[in-house]
Amino acid sequence: MASNHRTRSKGLPGGSRSAKRQRPGAFPRLSEVPFVIEVRELSKYYGETKAVGPLDFTIEKGQVIGLLGLNGAGKTTTLRMLSSELLPTGGRMLVDGVDLAEEPDKIRSKIGYLPDRPPLYGEMSVREYIEFAGRLRGMPLRGLRTRIDEVLDLTSLDSRGDARIDTLSHGFKQRVGIAQAIVHKPALLLLDEPISGLDPVQIVEMRELIRSLRGEHTIVLSSHILSEISETCDRLMVLVDGRIVSDGTEGEIALRMTPGFDVRVVVRGKVSAVVAVVEQVDGVRAARRLDGNDIAAEYRGHADVVALHVTAERDVREALCKALVGADTGVLEVARAEPELESIFLKLAGGDREADQREGNEP
Amino acid sequence: MSNVGLIIGRELKAYVRSPLGYAAAAGVLLIDGIWFMAKALGGTAEKRLSATVLAEFFNGASGTTAILAIALAMRLIAAEHDSGTLVLLKTSPVSDWEIVLGKFLSVMLVLLAITAMTAYMPLLILKNGKVSFGHLLVGYAGVLLLGAAVTAIGLFASALAKNQVIAAILGAVLTGAMYLWWLVAKIADPPVTEFLEGLAIHHLRMRDFMTGILRLENVVYYLVLSFFFLLASVKTLEARRWR
Repeated sequence: MASNHRTRSKGLPGGSRSAKRQRPGAFPRLSEVPFVIEVRELSKYYGETKAVGPLDFTIEKGQVIGLLGLNGAGKTTTLRMLSSELLPTGGRMLVDGVDLAEEPDKIRSKIGYLPDRPPLYGEMSVREYIEFAGRLRGMPLRGLRTRIDEVLDLTSLDSRGDARIDTLSHGFKQRVGIAQAIVHKPALLLLDEPISGLDPVQIVEMRELIRSLRGEHTIVLSSHILSEISETCDRLMVLVDGRIVSDGTEGEIALRMTPGFDVRVVVRGKVSAVVAVVEQVDGVRAARRLDGNDIAAEYRGHADVVALHVTAERDVREALCKALVGADTGVLEVARAEPELESIFLKLAGGDREADQREGNEP
Repeated sequence: MSNVGLIIGRELKAYVRSPLGYAAAAGVLLIDGIWFMAKALGGTAEKRLSATVLAEFFNGASGTTAILAIALAMRLIAAEHDSGTLVLLKTSPVSDWEIVLGKFLSVMLVLLAITAMTAYMPLLILKNGKVSFGHLLVGYAGVLLLGAAVTAIGLFASALAKNQVIAAILGAVLTGAMYLWWLVAKIADPPVTEFLEGLAIHHLRMRDFMTGILRLENVVYYLVLSFFFLLASVKTLEARRWR
């Protein structure tokens, strides 16, 4: 499995700056560019055992980054280091241009952190607790009350402001955890498994809350729930055994992970005839019929509609169109097929066999 | 220092809102009261009005204060570690010294408040007996200095342990060991004898305070002991940032 520590920026303006790579072997010079986070060769060892690293990436303002990895991949350790709760064994980290090693207190006031277990004092009221968290982060009393009202409104906790925290449900406690993390308007917001333990309704609400924070904060969230990462994040960093094995948007990672070129073809015609036409196109390796949930809903139930997943050596869409039209089939769709995040993730995490089995291939 | 004030404020609210603070205050007042009744009213007429009764009162009060200090200190960091709230402090721009000082001073304020509630007993002796106000002040100073040292020990135990029970046991064991140096001193030869007696947290040190004698060396001893364990607590918190 190829390891990828490239510094990339995907899908956001100014991405080219962060796409500059460091010269291999040399300790990278920290950039003057005001990235929200610059991480250089960050690592964590417990004795001789490596937990995380070396990590090397930059994150720009406004991005929502998903740290994706199986349990034990190093997501929490990475977030703990980024939050400054845990000191790294090696490497450097800048947040908003401030070096963690040189000015840890300054960096802490720029970070909001929700650990996997929200750090809540049960005997305090929600309002009291948020005020305490704000003042700990150096917020002056003047204006804090107004900010607390804003945060309560943002997290839909307005009606619970005076409730004791230990009387709240898990979902509300999670919201209070987010409220304490954003009260001081941090440049960087770190969320460790923010939807863990929430019911489906709460998950949807939490997802909307995180989306509403986009823009004001740069967000790094960790999860092992693929759909969550897929729906919430602009960019993914896949962690395996403490290292980033892939970094980019879901589409970019998919393209990188898929050798050759996959095409989805939907036509009207007979299966055997369509497959024969497709397989004769130069560059096509194989064609597999899709059925069930693999077909878009609009095509289901139509007996004359054939959907194929075509694996090719290169981009054969144009040749396929010509061949299918020439064979007098009704072409409904010829498009590049991007693999599902789940199968990509399984491949990245070393589960190639499971991914192959899901795709119906021989292990 | 505003962070220290913030932490003190939160800790004091936690004591007020939990049964621990009230139970601790009630326990100490009850035991001190029983002790006082037994010592002041249970002896001969001559003894009841003497400085000896006051010394006995401070002897009892020093014991209850030490136990109270361990009980209050055990939760300071261990409970935060256990519940995950320590993360909030560790990821805020608050130094480990501020965390430790805030926690330490909060317990000292509770100790001060509860100790102040026992003042009616020595005041009764002051009014009806032949003791000086200075004796009373010195005695209380000794009780609070001992309380500070034991709180620092308990805080250190709380920083080391991952839960309150372990912290309480560790704090009690460390304090007990500091109490018992004088027993070891008995079987040692000079100058080790003097050294070990001087190391004991209660034996000779508190005797002076109980009898109204203020010695600078005793004050320095308790302050140094407190500082040593506060420093050890800070270093323990710092070390925890590595794991």
